[in-house]
Amino acid sequence: PFPSFSRPPLPPPPPFPYTHIMTVCGPMKQYQVVGRKAPTEAFPNPEAYRMIIFAPNKVIARSKFWYFMQQFRKMKKTTGEIIDVNEIVEKNKNQVKNYGIWLRYDSRSGTHNMYREYRDLSLCGAITQLYDEMAGRHRTRPRSIQIIRTAEIAASDCKRPDTLQFVSKDQKFPLPHRVDSAKRGQKALSDTTFSVGRPTTCFR
Amino acid sequence: MVFTRFVEVGRVVMINYGPSAGKLATIVDIVDSNKCLVYGPTTDVPRQVITFRRIALTDLKCNVGRGAKAAALKKAWKADGIEEAWKASSWARKLARKEARKNLGDFDRFKVMVARKQKSKIVAAKMKSMKA
Repeated sequence: PFPSFSRPPLPPPPPFPYTHIMTVCGPMKQYQVVGRKAPTEAFPNPEAYRMIIFAPNKVIARSKFWYFMQQFRKMKKTTGEIIDVNEIVEKNKNQVKNYGIWLRYDSRSGTHNMYREYRDLSLCGAITQLYDEMAGRHRTRPRSIQIIRTAEIAASDCKRPDTLQFVSKDQKFPLPHRVDSAKRGQKALSDTTFSVGRPTTCFR
Repeated sequence: MVFTRFVEVGRVVMINYGPSAGKLATIVDIVDSNKCLVYGPTTDVPRQVITFRRIALTDLKCNVGRGAKAAALKKAWKADGIEEAWKASSWARKLARKEARKNLGDFDRFKVMVARKQKSKIVAAKMKSMKA
C-alpha cells in the first residue's frame, strides 16, 4: 500500500466580512514604522524617521518601509535599522465613516495620481477596499500602488457620487429583484434542486 | 410596483445566513449599495456589517437615529413594541409553526394525526350535508 500523506487541516475560512477580499494576504492593517540609519562612531545619533504603512502584516510593513525610505533618503535596509513597528488600531469600529484616499499607481502605460473615496467602519477596511477595487477596475497589482495620503472626510467634503449617495441619514431604497443563490454566503433560493414553480424575486 | 419595505436606518431585518441566522436586528447605518451596519442588542446580534444578500427586510421599523448605540436601540425597540409586533406577524407565526412541527415527538405526531382525522371527519360530514 502507498504511504498515506496527511495534509495539515486547512485554516478555517476568515470570518465575514473578510471572505470577499481578493488580496491573498488578507485585510490590510495600519502600521507605524520607525527607522533610522545605523549609528556609527561619526554619527552616533542619526535622525529617526516615522512612516505610516498599510500592509497585511508586520513583515511586509517593514519591507515597505525600506522601499519608501530608499526613495526619500539615503537609507537602506543594510545601512539602517528599524527601531519599532506598531500596529495602529482603529479607534472606533462602530460607526461608518467616509474616507478619502490619495494614491499613485502604475498603469501599463504610465504612472498616475488618483483620489478615491470609500465608506467603511475603519481606515484599514477602506484601504482594503481600495486595493481590491484598483485590482478589479484597473488591474493594478498591490505592488504598483502607493498610498500618498488618507483622511477621514466629513459628509460635506465628499466628492464622488457613489459615496454621496449614502452620506445622507434619510437615505432609503428598496431591494428590487432579489436573486439569491447558495453561492457566496447567501441563503439558497430554494431548499430543493428542482421546483415546480418559478421563484418570486420581488418582496415588495 | 409599489415598494413598502425599504433599506433605511431603523428597519428591522431578519438575518438569513451566517452565525446570527434566524435572528432579528435593526439597520443602524448604510455603508454602500451592498452592505449595511446592523445591530440587535436584545436579540444577541453583534454589531456588524452585513450584505443585503444575507438579510430579509421586515415590515417593522423602529425610530432610531443613524449609528445608534445599544441603549438607544433597546429603548426604541421597547417604545415601538417591535418584539410584540413581530410575534403577532404571520411571518413569525409561520416560523414558530415550522419550529413546533420540527420538534414533535412520536406521540405528538400521533396526536396530530388523530386531530387531522377528526377535523376531516367534521369537514366531510358538513360537505355531505351541504350537497344534499
